[in-house]
Amino acid sequence: MDFILHVPVIGLLLQFIGYLLSVMATNGSLIITLSTPIALGALCGFMNERSGVVNIGIEGMMLFAAFVGWYVAALVNGGAPSNPGPMGITLPLLVGLLAAIAAGVAVSALHAWLSISVRANQIISGTIINIEALAITGYLNLLISQNPIPSAGNFQSFVVPHAAASVPILGWLLTTFLAHGPITLTMLVLVIVLQVLLFRSRWGLRTRAVGEHPRAAETLGIDVIRLRYRNVLLGGVLAGLGGAWFTLEYIGTFQGGMTGGRGYIALAALIFGRWTPIGAFGAALVFGIADTLGQAVSFNPPTGDLGAVLSGVPEQVFSALPYLVTIIVLAGVVGRSIPPAADGQPYEREAKAT
Amino acid sequence: MNLRRARDAAIIPALSIVLALVFGSLIMIFSSPLILGLDLTLPLLAYKALVEGAFGSFGAVVSTIVNASPLILAGLAVGVAFKAGLFNIGAQGQFLTGGLAAAAVGVWLAHAPGPVAIPLALVAAILVGSVYGAIPGFLKAYTGAHEVVTTIMLNYIALYIVAYVVTGPLRAVGATFARTPDVGNATLPILVGANGHLGILFAFVAVPLAWWLLYRSTIGFEIRTVGAGPDAARYAGMHPRLLIVVTMAFCGGLAGLAGSGEILGLTGFMPAGYSTNVGFDGITVALLGQAHPIGIMFAGLLLGAMRAGAPLMQIEAGVPSQMVDVLQGAILFFLTAEVLVRYLFRIRAKSAKVAELQTVASSYGGQATPAP
Repeated sequence: MDFILHVPVIGLLLQFIGYLLSVMATNGSLIITLSTPIALGALCGFMNERSGVVNIGIEGMMLFAAFVGWYVAALVNGGAPSNPGPMGITLPLLVGLLAAIAAGVAVSALHAWLSISVRANQIISGTIINIEALAITGYLNLLISQNPIPSAGNFQSFVVPHAAASVPILGWLLTTFLAHGPITLTMLVLVIVLQVLLFRSRWGLRTRAVGEHPRAAETLGIDVIRLRYRNVLLGGVLAGLGGAWFTLEYIGTFQGGMTGGRGYIALAALIFGRWTPIGAFGAALVFGIADTLGQAVSFNPPTGDLGAVLSGVPEQVFSALPYLVTIIVLAGVVGRSIPPAADGQPYEREAKAT
Repeated sequence: MNLRRARDAAIIPALSIVLALVFGSLIMIFSSPLILGLDLTLPLLAYKALVEGAFGSFGAVVSTIVNASPLILAGLAVGVAFKAGLFNIGAQGQFLTGGLAAAAVGVWLAHAPGPVAIPLALVAAILVGSVYGAIPGFLKAYTGAHEVVTTIMLNYIALYIVAYVVTGPLRAVGATFARTPDVGNATLPILVGANGHLGILFAFVAVPLAWWLLYRSTIGFEIRTVGAGPDAARYAGMHPRLLIVVTMAFCGGLAGLAGSGEILGLTGFMPAGYSTNVGFDGITVALLGQAHPIGIMFAGLLLGAMRAGAPLMQIEAGVPSQMVDVLQGAILFFLTAEVLVRYLFRIRAKSAKVAELQTVASSYGGQATPAP
C-alpha cells in the first residue's frame, strides 16, 4: 500500500492528511487552548447577534479587557509573589480576571448604548471600539513600560493525574479536554450551557424571537430593548473572559495589539457555526487547528517527501494560515449560513397611542 | 458648491473634534502620573506643541501636507467604497501591497532613468493595490463573504506577504535590519521644503477625480445607486456584482497609490516591519469627511496635521504620539453619538451620518446572501 504515498499529487495530499491527523492527535490540548479566545469571542458575538445586534468590536473588547486584566493583576500583586493555589490561582489573578470582565462589560455597555439607544450604525460602533481600544491600550502600555511593573504571572493548566492520563483512549480525552487553565475550562462549560439555554429555556426562546422578529416579540410582551441590553452586556462578560485569556492564562504579559485579529476570526467562526454555541466552538477548533499546524510545522516538521515540500514553503505562509482559512471558510459557507433576520437593525418602538 | 450646505455639514464634525480634544485632555491628565507626576496643564502643553509641530513654520506646514496626502488617498479608498455600500477596512492591506509593488519595481529599475522608473513603479502599485482590493470585492459579490471580515483578514495576510518578500527574495544585502535595497532613480523628486515629494500632488489630483467619478459620471451614478440599495440598482438594469468588484478595485488602486508615495517619496525602501496605520486612519478620514471627496480632503489635512505635530508633542510634553490615535477614536465616537454632541451644545445641527452605511449593516446582518 505504501506506493500510493509516492503517487505525485495524491500521494503528497495523503501524506499531508496523515501529518495533519498526527498533529491533531498529539496536540489536541494545544488546539483547544488556541481556539479559546476565538470561541469566547464567537460566544460574545452569539449573545449580541442572536438578539439582533451586530458586534464587530469583539477584537477591541478583548484587547481592552486583556490590558485591564493584566494591569490590575500586576497592581494588586505589587511585586510580592503570592502563594498560588491549584491551577496557579492567586488573589491578584482573580482580581485581574474580575477587572477584565468588568472592562468587557463596560465596553459592551458603550456598544449597547450606541447601537440600541442611539440607534447608530452598529458596524461603525464596533469599528470605533476596535480603533479606540488599540489606541488607548497602546498609549497606556507605552507609558507603563517606561516604569515597568512586574506582572502577576498567569493561571496554570490543570494537571490530569498520571494514573488517569496513561489509560489509552480515556487518558487522551482527559488531557485534551481537561489539561487547561480555568478560563479555557470555563469556555468549554459555557459552550454547552449556552447551547442548552438557547434552545431549551425561556431566555433562549425570547432571545431568538427578538433576533428574528422584534416587532412580534414586543407584541407578545417581551421588552426588546431591555433584552438586547442584557444580552449585549452578558456578551461583554464573555469578551472580558476572552481578553483575560491572553494576559492571565496564555501569556502573563501584555503586548500592544496582542489579540492579533482573533476577535475578527471569531466573527467568521460565528457565521461558520451558524449562530449556535456548539457550531461556533467547532468552527473555532478549525481555526485552532490552523494555528496549531502553523506552530507544529516549525517545531515538529514532517519527514519524507512532504517534509521536503513543506520546508520550501516560507514560514509566513503558516503564520498566515488562520487568516487564509477564515477567508476560504467564509467564501465557502456564507451563502448557506443565514443570520438572525433582525441582525444589525436598530429597533424602534412604535409610538404610543395618544 | 453650496457654501451654506458645506457649513451645515461641518458643524457636527467640528464639535466632535472639540469634544475629542477634551476627552484626550482627560486621558492625558489621568495618565500623567505615569509620566512625571500629576500635571493638570499637560494637555495645554501637549496641544500647543501639536499645533506648533503642524503649523508653526514653513517646514511644519509642508510636513502636514506630506502627512495628509496618503491619508486623503486612503480616505478616498474607504469613502468611495462607502458610496457603493461597502466597508473597505482593507485599505491598510492595499496600501502595504501597493507600497511593496512600488518598492519591488523601484529596486528593479533603480538604475533606469527616473521618467521611466517612476511611472512604472506607480503603475505597479496601483495595479497590485487594485487586485488586492478586487479580491474582497469578488468574494462579496460572488460568494457573499462579507468584506468587513475578509478585508481585515487580507490586512493580516498583507503583513506576512511584506515580511516574506522583504526578508526573503528582496532583502538588501548587508543592511542592519530586514529591508529592500534603495529604489534609486525611482525616488520621487522633492518639490517643496525638506520632504515635500511629488506624491503630495497625487492626493490633490485624486480628490477632484473621485468627485467627478462619483457625481458626474455614469459609473458614479451606478455606484451610488448600488450604495443606496443593491436591489434597486438591479431593477434599474445595473450590475451590482460587477460594480462591487470595480469599486473595490478602484479603491484598492487609490490605497496602493498612497503606499507607493510613502515608499518612493519618503523612505526610499520597504522595511519588513513597516508600521504605519495610514490604511486604518483612512476609515477615520472617510467618516469625518462624510464620504464626500471634499470633506475627505479637509479631514485628511486635519489628521495629517495631527500626525505632523505628534513628534513635537512627544518631545515637548512627553506625551506619546499614540495620543493621536486616541484622539481619532474619540472623534469617531462623538461623530457617531451625534445626539450627545447636540445635547452638550444645545444645537440642532445637520446629521453627519454616511447614509450608505445602512447598506453595509444590512448586508452584514439580516440579508447576508446576495440575490442572484
